[in-house]
Amino acid sequence: MRSPVSDSPKPFDHTPPSGTPQGKPAPATPLTPRRRGIIVGASEGIGAVLAQKLVKEGYTLAVIARRKSKLKTLCKEINSTLNETRALAYAHDAANYDEVPALLRKIVADLGGLDLIVFMAGINYPPGLNNYNFEGDRKMVEVNLIGAMAWLSPVAEMFQNAKAGQIVGISSVAGDRGRIANPGYNTSKAGLTTYLEALRNRLSRHGVNVLTVKPGFVKTEMLKAAQGATPFAITPEKAADDIYKAMRQRKQLIYTASIWRWIMLIIQHVPSVIFRRMSF
Amino acid sequence: MRKTFTQLDNFGHSLSAASYLIQPKSAEEIYSAFKLAKQMELTVTARGAGRSYNDAALNGGGITLDMSAMNRIIKWDQAKDQVRCEPGVTLEQLWKKVEPQGWWPPVVSGTMKTTLGGCLAANIHGKNNFKMGTIGEHVIEFTAILPTGAEITCSQKKNADLFYAMIGGLGMLGIFTSITLQMKRIHSGLLTVDAWPVQNLGRQLSSLRDGAPDYDYIVGWMDGIAGGKSLGRGQIHAARYLQEGEDKNPQETMQIKNQILPPRIFGVFPKGLLYYFISPFTNNLGTWGVNTAKYIASLRKHTFRQSHAAFHFLLDYIPDWELSYGRSGLIQYQSFLPKESAESAWTEMLKLSHRNRLPFYLGVTKRHRPDKFLLTHAVDGFSLAMDFKVSEGSRAKLYALLQEFDQIVLANGGRFYFAKNSETTAETALIFYGKETLAKFKKLKKRCDPNGLLESDLFRRIFG
Repeated sequence: MRSPVSDSPKPFDHTPPSGTPQGKPAPATPLTPRRRGIIVGASEGIGAVLAQKLVKEGYTLAVIARRKSKLKTLCKEINSTLNETRALAYAHDAANYDEVPALLRKIVADLGGLDLIVFMAGINYPPGLNNYNFEGDRKMVEVNLIGAMAWLSPVAEMFQNAKAGQIVGISSVAGDRGRIANPGYNTSKAGLTTYLEALRNRLSRHGVNVLTVKPGFVKTEMLKAAQGATPFAITPEKAADDIYKAMRQRKQLIYTASIWRWIMLIIQHVPSVIFRRMSF
Repeated sequence: MRKTFTQLDNFGHSLSAASYLIQPKSAEEIYSAFKLAKQMELTVTARGAGRSYNDAALNGGGITLDMSAMNRIIKWDQAKDQVRCEPGVTLEQLWKKVEPQGWWPPVVSGTMKTTLGGCLAANIHGKNNFKMGTIGEHVIEFTAILPTGAEITCSQKKNADLFYAMIGGLGMLGIFTSITLQMKRIHSGLLTVDAWPVQNLGRQLSSLRDGAPDYDYIVGWMDGIAGGKSLGRGQIHAARYLQEGEDKNPQETMQIKNQILPPRIFGVFPKGLLYYFISPFTNNLGTWGVNTAKYIASLRKHTFRQSHAAFHFLLDYIPDWELSYGRSGLIQYQSFLPKESAESAWTEMLKLSHRNRLPFYLGVTKRHRPDKFLLTHAVDGFSLAMDFKVSEGSRAKLYALLQEFDQIVLANGGRFYFAKNSETTAETALIFYGKETLAKFKKLKKRCDPNGLLESDLFRRIFG
């Protein structure tokens, strides 16, 4: 996850998708099976940790993020540790929707198929309690929500036809209620949660699993930007473990840490007449 | 041209990969697929019936051409005993066409579901390899379309270099568009089959060697579990065509209804469910029980008559038998060894598999002769095909075992067959094909497919 809070949104970088300078991934065989996955938003935070975990579990991954240098470091680390090409880096801005179809096709060809996509890209521009920032709001919706649709929609079509596959979307507890601190972020994540639910309802009958992950506070760069208390903050390692476990069990929805399920259950039921008076 | 992203797997259900599936109906449509691939920077593989045990008909992330719609029998010329077919014609279609009239395909695989295009690409052999060679030796002529768009005709005389390279060329030079095949005259729908037991590997191989000249077909079953003095024990089935006059009523025995396998056992139990009842036996203990019972039953030497289809298509006896191996499926490891070194090499391999507690559940031996095809798998010797169950827990151990097998086979001048072997590495392929052969093949590939459009998962694995 990336969250350069102080960055004002910049014009998008429209460089075409770059190729894979790395070697080809090792071919899958019945005795050395390789599931193939894409992680969008893998340069740091949960994404980077999850990538490390998935390759250890036998995945070959395409890792995608805006900044190539961090990705390259990640891939280098993974590939040298396992002594084979298991992670391929692709620089891409999740808001560059037009790039997606060609890049997706290239990645699927490079990986030799596709079994999993994890959409992890997310940005957070808290406007400040008494400020409004349309540019920031728009950028958050463009990356967090429309970026997800740009990737998940073509992948959902592939998986529906293939009658197999797994989609993991990283939403947030922030999508469960609209709160005073960050309307744009809440909206982007609420939209994502609903979008994932709709995909799940479409795809589960075709044998495709759609997992919605709602993290609470995770000790990443994004957290440093958070204002106020950050209770039950967990490490990215713990979050990645929870996500992987839920993937294996083909769950529909998880909160991480799991206590957020109960917290959000209460928060979701706080009547508006009270909720709008809270400074939460 | 409709393209659908589809998950495909292999015959053993041990490997799957998703790709864009296109079903061409003509050579022009194959060429359009090549153009599309070039434009989209994707690779292309033709897929027949998907009956390879490995990755030969998979092209993960690329375009897979499902050839099953090109399945017309174009011309059946009884005067010349020749049949011209599109590549998607299956052996089942073919024998059902020619057999009732008194012909049989000269070479068939253990399942009738395979397509002729696939059979040629792998250059399959049957239980008569020692006598009739591979299927390629009975091809009068074929036409193919190359990725360049060129349509070529090949025979032993015309474009001979491509004839010998494309048959057995794993579909990597071009895609067959028609195949003219010589058929064999038969005088009965039945074969005379002799069955006898063999007590160990040595006797198994000497039976195949000494028995072969007297028969039209010979095949051995090997118990992969028995050890000690019984290592490599099993049963031989050897068959002869009936001569003219031996069958008093050939018109009757050659009818399809007297060839095909009944869909129900004892007339009631649907065979479609049988695999479900076999699955409890696809483990070491269960297979030991089945093998021992089978061996004891085989001790009675006997002779019987059996229809061609029943003798050849053992794999179709139990529909979906491969599902009985469970979720991770099965793999087949087939090695071809020269007659001089086969016994010692396989003794070593069998012992290794026992020591690792990874016995094979089905073993099949055959007698072979060399052929002239560029990427040939044949030797003057024998082959042993072993079916191994794949399971979560045993993958790494089995992989290590098969890599050891490869070294033994290489050290003994053996070869491998890429309708079967799924774990052979590029290094191993280089050693047994030889640098010169591979250079020749790559040169032809450059000529036929300058943009490298034809690639399968198998190609990337062994030539990658």
